[in-house]
Amino acid sequence: MAENTFERVKKIIVEHLDVDPAEVTLEASVKDDLGADSLDVVDLIMQFEDEFGLEISDEEAEKISTVGDIVSYIEQKQQ
Amino acid sequence: MKSVGILGTGAYLPEKVVTNKDLEKLVDTNDEWIVTRTGIRERRVAAPDEATSDLAVKAAQRALEHAGISAEQIDLIIVATVTPDMFFPATACLVQDRLGASKAATFDLSAACTGFLYGVSTAAQFIATGVYKYALVIGVDCLSRILDWTDRSTCILFGDGAGAVVLGPVEEGYGFRSYELRGDGSGGDLLKVPAGGSRMPATEETVKQRLHSVVMEGREVFKFAVRVLSTATEEALKKAGLTKENIDFLIPHQANIRIIEAAVKRFGLDENKVIVNLDRYGNMSSASIPVALNEAVEQGRLKKGDTIVLCGFGAGLTWGATVLKWSLE
Repeated sequence: MAENTFERVKKIIVEHLDVDPAEVTLEASVKDDLGADSLDVVDLIMQFEDEFGLEISDEEAEKISTVGDIVSYIEQKQQ
Repeated sequence: MKSVGILGTGAYLPEKVVTNKDLEKLVDTNDEWIVTRTGIRERRVAAPDEATSDLAVKAAQRALEHAGISAEQIDLIIVATVTPDMFFPATACLVQDRLGASKAATFDLSAACTGFLYGVSTAAQFIATGVYKYALVIGVDCLSRILDWTDRSTCILFGDGAGAVVLGPVEEGYGFRSYELRGDGSGGDLLKVPAGGSRMPATEETVKQRLHSVVMEGREVFKFAVRVLSTATEEALKKAGLTKENIDFLIPHQANIRIIEAAVKRFGLDENKVIVNLDRYGNMSSASIPVALNEAVEQGRLKKGDTIVLCGFGAGLTWGATVLKWSLE
């Protein structure tokens, strides 16, 4: 399950931010390492919402920093 | 029901250009940041002695001239605006007087950035039913007058302008093919001017707290806009019995290039079919769509028979789309 969520998240990030898949690790910071700006983050959040069928509030979105944060947030929501 | 279409278009943009560089002197921002986050390079700002009705009259005169219709022939004037000259009388009345459109019914319509779409959709019903023959719909706003010029998150986004269309009967099968108008007041707080109305009348305190200017929850509005831009377009196409493959041009409300890009990507439309002018004018609220439409007409991009989708979204929340089969040569 964990890998599955990570792979799906990774695919969206690679596609959207046009980054090398190798750079998208659990530790990578979406903004600092992968170069997303604030609107990229909003756009990514929307795509995660669509992909995983959940809603990520603005407040929760603000706490997200790394790819790992996203994966664990989604998995926690899905339980 | 008669077929109703656009007989002429016109626009007026104030002369004064405010560039991103100019804004660097007012707030802590820079050209590169504004361009990458919004796509906006410059915007127009009305002169101190220019009000919304002044912009509206100039755009309307050009639309009448383009349509070859005189002001006396106009049966209805709708001014879509959130920045009227004053609370009342309606700006439409001031415009009527200046144009000499003596027999026209006159009212303003408040649907923020979706105002022009609400306006043409409303006016078209009167013509389709034969109640009226010719209508003038003007999307106009002087947002510069209600901006907090110390708030870098909002003052960089908007500009002033006016766009107008003359509506009338067209050849069977041409003109407006469908209307999709929506609203959701639960999102009313996301984008608003808090004070100055009956809820919070103007006081010394409201002025001090800058409550008479635009406040916006940018991220929430961004999400809303991206979603409804594609859903409203899809819905309007469905009602017209068409699919996205039939679109020749999409004219979306011009709020932010990133909204347009994200929505177009979701929707899966060739970006060459999307008409964009926000780089030069910013978000002009209800004027954005008719100004972009007028430019497309002036550039000769629209051909008779083209399928055009106009799609808007804004405060309210309001959103909508309409499908047009272009009727002019």
